[in-house]
Amino acid sequence: MTKPRNIIEKLWDAHVVAEPAGAPSLLYIDLHLVHEVTSPQAFEGLRQRGLKVRRPDKTFGTCDHSTPTTPRDLPIVDPIARAQVEQFEKNCTEFGIPHFGFLNKRQGIVHVIGPEYGLTHPGMTVVCGDSHTATHGAFGALAFGIGTSQVEHVLATQTLLQRKSKSFAVRVNGALRPGVTAKDIILALIARIGVGGGTECVFEFTGSTIRALTMEERMTVCNMSIEGGARAGLIAPDDVTYEFLKGRAFAPQGAAWDAAVARWKELPSDEGATYDKEIAIDGAALEPMITFGTNPGMGMAISGVVPDPAAVSDSVERETLKKALEYMALEAGKPLAGKPIDVVFIGSCTNSRMSDLRAAASVLKGRKVSGKVRVMVVPGSQQIKREAEAEGLDRVFREAGAEWREAGCSMCIAMNGDQLAPGQYSVSTSNRNFEGRQGKGGRTFLASPLTAAASAVTGVVTDPRSIK
Amino acid sequence: MERFTAFESAMAVLPVDNIDTDQIIPARFLKTISKEGLGDQLFYDWRYEADGSPKGDFVLNSGAARSAQVLLAGDNFGCGSSREHAPWALTQYGFRAVISTSFADIFKGNSLKNSLLPVVVSREIHAKLLQQAAGDPQSKVRVDLERQTLTLADGTECRFAVDEFSKTCMLEGVDELGYLLKHEAEIAAYEAAHAGGLDTVGVGL
Ligand code: SF4
Repeated sequence: MTKPRNIIEKLWDAHVVAEPAGAPSLLYIDLHLVHEVTSPQAFEGLRQRGLKVRRPDKTFGTCDHSTPTTPRDLPIVDPIARAQVEQFEKNCTEFGIPHFGFLNKRQGIVHVIGPEYGLTHPGMTVVCGDSHTATHGAFGALAFGIGTSQVEHVLATQTLLQRKSKSFAVRVNGALRPGVTAKDIILALIARIGVGGGTECVFEFTGSTIRALTMEERMTVCNMSIEGGARAGLIAPDDVTYEFLKGRAFAPQGAAWDAAVARWKELPSDEGATYDKEIAIDGAALEPMITFGTNPGMGMAISGVVPDPAAVSDSVERETLKKALEYMALEAGKPLAGKPIDVVFIGSCTNSRMSDLRAAASVLKGRKVSGKVRVMVVPGSQQIKREAEAEGLDRVFREAGAEWREAGCSMCIAMNGDQLAPGQYSVSTSNRNFEGRQGKGGRTFLASPLTAAASAVTGVVTDPRSIK
Repeated sequence: MERFTAFESAMAVLPVDNIDTDQIIPARFLKTISKEGLGDQLFYDWRYEADGSPKGDFVLNSGAARSAQVLLAGDNFGCGSSREHAPWALTQYGFRAVISTSFADIFKGNSLKNSLLPVVVSREIHAKLLQQAAGDPQSKVRVDLERQTLTLADGTECRFAVDEFSKTCMLEGVDELGYLLKHEAEIAAYEAAHAGGLDTVGVGL
């Protein structure tokens, strides 16, 4: 009898190229995604050593971080951003890497376009110089973020030196209540285990709640694995996965498709497989979540009150919470609901796909956003933008008084000019509420698209269940 | 890469948990296509006022810490974004080691590839280090990678763990890519056995 293996072990075993004594293993990479911000120094490294890209046929590029979300017939105004985007396109062309440049009709956020064009398959190893690469784990792939040195390693050798991660089973069972979304599942997990809770681990999300999620929702959950400290998070593939993938541009076709599905069906964890860590979450008990502090672990149910640093025993932890509440200018013991806000951002690789836009539109339809609030809706890709427009969602947003913009990372990272002013509050569907993440001095409350849209209407932090 | 040798230094102290890489180097400085010039942008928003003048109460602007090669930080240092600009900025500023009770995975890996040593210590030693620095900001610690030891000013010595392979690379000043390239035969064999798969070039859109 062979020992039962979980999916994380199966993925690892299938990609080990060599296990040299006294060194980490060489792990083969099936798909390498590159973007403009974390790749230029890697390409420069290749040039200095006179190396080529080993497998341009397993590499794909898009620009998303530094790119403006203003109409595409306008130039990139920021000269430094423009130089970076131009360098990216030059690098891809020189090294023969297929890519969506700034003006390509298919450009979009790297973690949105990968699945959109069927680049991400179950059973793959996927890397990108970007910590939210875990998004692709939704397909049953081992997908993780890497640094620029490693981008160079993969470009040159299609492998990485890696030590095996620990496995962490996250079991979520029960039916979600109305108003509770995939975003709330992952925010609830991170609030429980903290931003370091998954360090050195890969999450496997399992259970009836996870099985009932669509692919887009699964991507939202896996996307924020890094916010729980895990490098990767994944969900075993099933019919929902295959249904989503079938027929996409880079999905296997014909007989190759059938053979691939047969292979993918071997991936789910074996009966009796064990994990290094486990946690159970009652999906039926979850509420809409919101963060109050300056890391994604500082989150709570939207009906809760801001915690009191005085109740924390560890001194560094207490100071950390105190510093966070000072930055956020929040008072301990008070609820967040009802707090006035300045900006609502609906977008990012966490929540910028069709179902997210539909959820936001369902709240905004026939309503007006509060006169005090700027509302930005930024689709994850140009393709999503077109689909949303075909469905009339752009009209819903515009008629409600929201801005409907071009695709990109936008105010998730505030590199492209879309940003908060110092002191402003936002409710944001993105993934990080770090100090200054959405603009120097800006203050971020992370939440789901439903909560963001509800807050846009009222102008204050709002429980979406209160909007009838 | 330069060889990593043992050294003694005072510590710059940032007793905050979960310091993320957006604080270490804010995203707006990531539009560069070079690795250089990031030291001046290290902890920029904690270090400078809106008008660009230094914030007097921030540790890197205080006399004792200005020449420190060791950063003493809170738990889970380097979480968040995978940007390697974080260790680039830290080393260009002059840091050679960061001490914490734990590090985020990607940051740790990135640091080891840039001759920045992440030193994990117990909560007790961490508390002692905080005390030492509070008592005398000029007091030093000794970091010895070869022996994997950290020595406090009072002579307390503790061992720290480090990945054996990374240790060898740092001590000898070699980088991983050279090592990977030597495995060409095994990589080619793996590819031969796993032909097919994705072809991002071949399929038209
Ligand atoms: S949307 Fe935000 S988190 Fe996602 S890739 Fe862009 S910057 Fe990173």
